[in-house]
Amino acid sequence: MYDIKALYEAQSVAHAVQLLLEHPQAQIIAGGSDVLVQIREGKRAGKELVSIYGLDELRGVSFEEDGAIRIGSLTSFSHITKDPIIQAHINVLGQAVDQVGGPQIRNIGTIGGNTCNGVTSADSASTLFAWDAIIEITGPEGVRRIPIQDFYIKAGQVDLRPGELQTAILIPKAAYEGYQGHYIKYAMRNAMDIATTGCSVNVKLSVDKSIMEDVRIAYGVAGPVPMRASTAEAYAKGKPTTKAEIKAFAATVLEDINPRDSWRAAKDFRQHIAVALAERALTESIRLAGGMIHE
Amino acid sequence: MYVGKKATRVDAYDKVMGRTKYTDDLCDKGAYIAQILHATIANGRVKSIDTSAAEAIPGVVKVFTCFDLKEKHYFPTAGHPWSTDESHQDVADRLVLTDRVRFYGDDIAAVVAEDEVIAAQAIRAIKVEYEEYPFVLDVLDAMKDGAPQLHEAYPNNILKHTTIRKGNYEEAIKEPGLIKVEGWYDTPTVQHCHIENFICFAEMTGDRIKIVTSTQIPHIVRRVVGQALGIEWGRIQVIKPYIGGGFGNKQDVLYEPLCAWLCMQLGGHLVKLDVPREDTFVSTRVRHAIRSHIISWVRPDGTYAARKLEAFSDQGAYASHGHSICAKGVGAFPQLYPCDNVECDAYTVFTNKSVAGAMRGYGIPQAMWATECHTEEVAAKLGMDPIQFRRKNLMPVGYTDPFSKNELYSDTFNQCIDKGMEATDYLRKYQAYQNQTGDIRRGIGMAVFWYNTAVWPISLETSSCRMVLNQDGSLQVQVGETEIGQGADTAFAQMTADVVGIPMEKVHVVSCQDTDITPFGTGAYASRQTYTAGFSIRQTGSLLKERILNYAHELTRMPPYNLDIVDGNIVRTTDGRVLMTLGELATEALYSLTHSQHITAESTAQIKSNAYSFGCTFAEVEVDIPLCKVKLLDLVNVHDAGTIINPALAEAQVHGGMSMGIGYGLSEKLLFDPKSGKALNNNLLDYKLSTFMDHPRLRAFFVENAEPTSAFGTKALGEPPTCSVAPAIRNAIYQATGVFIDEAPVNPHILFRRFKEEELI
Repeated sequence: MYDIKALYEAQSVAHAVQLLLEHPQAQIIAGGSDVLVQIREGKRAGKELVSIYGLDELRGVSFEEDGAIRIGSLTSFSHITKDPIIQAHINVLGQAVDQVGGPQIRNIGTIGGNTCNGVTSADSASTLFAWDAIIEITGPEGVRRIPIQDFYIKAGQVDLRPGELQTAILIPKAAYEGYQGHYIKYAMRNAMDIATTGCSVNVKLSVDKSIMEDVRIAYGVAGPVPMRASTAEAYAKGKPTTKAEIKAFAATVLEDINPRDSWRAAKDFRQHIAVALAERALTESIRLAGGMIHE
Repeated sequence: MYVGKKATRVDAYDKVMGRTKYTDDLCDKGAYIAQILHATIANGRVKSIDTSAAEAIPGVVKVFTCFDLKEKHYFPTAGHPWSTDESHQDVADRLVLTDRVRFYGDDIAAVVAEDEVIAAQAIRAIKVEYEEYPFVLDVLDAMKDGAPQLHEAYPNNILKHTTIRKGNYEEAIKEPGLIKVEGWYDTPTVQHCHIENFICFAEMTGDRIKIVTSTQIPHIVRRVVGQALGIEWGRIQVIKPYIGGGFGNKQDVLYEPLCAWLCMQLGGHLVKLDVPREDTFVSTRVRHAIRSHIISWVRPDGTYAARKLEAFSDQGAYASHGHSICAKGVGAFPQLYPCDNVECDAYTVFTNKSVAGAMRGYGIPQAMWATECHTEEVAAKLGMDPIQFRRKNLMPVGYTDPFSKNELYSDTFNQCIDKGMEATDYLRKYQAYQNQTGDIRRGIGMAVFWYNTAVWPISLETSSCRMVLNQDGSLQVQVGETEIGQGADTAFAQMTADVVGIPMEKVHVVSCQDTDITPFGTGAYASRQTYTAGFSIRQTGSLLKERILNYAHELTRMPPYNLDIVDGNIVRTTDGRVLMTLGELATEALYSLTHSQHITAESTAQIKSNAYSFGCTFAEVEVDIPLCKVKLLDLVNVHDAGTIINPALAEAQVHGGMSMGIGYGLSEKLLFDPKSGKALNNNLLDYKLSTFMDHPRLRAFFVENAEPTSAFGTKALGEPPTCSVAPAIRNAIYQATGVFIDEAPVNPHILFRRFKEEELI
């Protein structure tokens, strides 16, 4: 039994926008795997809900005309993992969301909900950051698109204005073409857990596979919102794929990240793990890109 | 014969099809819903409670606070048999609602409403004013002079301190050439995490109150509710349907007294109390965290000269099972590795934390963590092979405990160790994993455990059984021992079928205990159901059989001593001829116009014996040093539980215990905020119960030395499987890394700290 004041079911995106304007206090609910938990905890008890779960137009993965990959915000984690476009071009995203909770959660949970929740530990978020994702938002003024870094304002808060909902996540062609990546979720158990730290790395190698032309790395739980480690990225650019350079790159992430001390994990422990994950995720990305690690 | 066979569980089909009814399924939908308001301070007193806003919410029936208790009936909660000797009675320190708060989560008020949403709203609307006292969370701090006191009758918060003295420790350590090995070993506060949270409902008919509850101990619940409410015990009826696990948490009287009290305040209206998971963690029971300090003085030849153990057990805020847990664990210390000079001190100490009670293993998982971590360290310090060292010092065959009269009849330890070594290819792996380098390293390790069955002679051991013969030759069996998921009903059916001589499908075990009609029994705990019920089933089955054969004599004119019941038929033993079916006999007996008889039997068996149940665990791990992570590659338990009644159920029981041991060893720990005493991770996300994905394939093996004292050769298997898993894993990690970790669980946080200290990272 849930403490819900009212439930309005949207029939279309436009209808959802209208419902959100009519009920400014309402909370959007998609799969419900976060919202219902919060209601049960009393945090969002007694609220009005606008359900967008019936909007099939927001489901599925496709290509835009410019070659960008479009992921409908209501696409479930399990559908993303099994999607052929994802598997061919950004397989790491499918692997990342396959580590959310357990099978039931991955069937009900959506990538839009995962990002709109605004938490730093979301398994999709660090990979989306690392692949320069663009967030598509639809509202009373129409559609706007912003980089995912700008979408996250602070812990638990994203850039959704009155009447707006997230309708898609886009990965530009330039962001995925020629890149291979790897995500490591570091958690205290192998299922049904949230990340202590999540690290997503991708790399574009030179034609002869010996030079890292571009490296992108993003973290979850290394700060209040997911973040890129730009100093480390700048360091790695143009470096050879040697063990020493990978280690140096990994050590550099400490200049970028800012994990906190909490009862869940100590800061020095999180920093240690962040460095270890950077090294492993880059090594694996290079291997996936057909490169070799030289001594 | 059914004993020893993999008979299908008698409840298997219903459970798989979802037809089995649990407490919540049985509650009428018109029930009022009760919810509890828990204190938000760790120590102090409730000054006032403002319920006006809560009571103004439509649908709120009434709000009750600690100030509404007209009569204060303090009651004990431990699921122990009652003792008529006052000095052996459990501490009566609970009230259904209390104004004296002793932990963050204590029960200070309750809301009764028409549904759970309204009840939750009302709980949020109650305003409480407290007078706060300083609080103490650590056992050693709590014992210091000047520490905040929880209970007036227990200075320095010590609920009980017991000692064991053997030989002369102080003299013995003067022997020249001794090597001293000393360590502190810590175990965490963990919770049972049974899948069905605690739930009960109560309603009155006339002046009697009926309580349906998810418990392991229905007859004990009846007694305690009587004590808590100050009413005659005969006015109380307790019904125990199927339950979704208990693991000892439901071997305590939890909220049955409160639910019954609320029901009585409301004129006997049906009231349901369903405890959420978050409150189950904090406000029901947890496992005692125990800090153990061991000093061993060893001769270079690997024999012990003297040993000392001090154990400090964290009781939390109320006595519950109290000192029994620590005392049991400490009692194992001088027995497992006997030594001529031993000093043991066991302390059970109150702290302002969640109340510790019974949990699978009852002090032995804590004791085995300390003992088997220490044993590994002693062997390492001596440069001896850890298994050879254990074999040299373990309890020898023929050892008899003078108190319990328990005897080690067989070479159980060596047999179990041999079987575990063979199953894991131990010798080859132990060699292969020596002196590794690199980031990823493997190790294999083991630990043994001590356990004993049932509670004699510390407490009463009694079992009563009733058998009723039906017209078709089938029979109903009732015992006070409870099915709590472990498969007890199936074992009872197998034993009954063998004793009476009928097919197992003709045995109908009445699973539900109802104190109005079920023969008296104290319920499921101490791994005693099969051992204890075995006596009354055998005795009652023999009695029933005698009555049947006497009736058969009337019908057949054959002397009873030439008759037997075989496969549901009355058989003349002299020539093997089937004279009639048992169904024909039973029908004739009921409807006979010359001698009608309802053939039944009922008897009580008092059991004045107890049995050791020993074994070991072998674990193989892979340690990722930079990531501070342990992967379990293999886990094997070997048990000598005597004759195995049902190999399939026994294996399942061992798997469950091993699973619990994995969490204990690697991930589970209930955390408390040092600033407030509030539990931090009282939910199944933040509390790291291990999942299937954290398990290797679990493997169980048995050594079957029939227990001579037992009615069916069987003995404890419920709790033993969880006792040696954690130290075995820890010892495997030691072999892989060379690092000793003396604090459970060995999670990445601890590994990070220890690997840094040892400069592995």
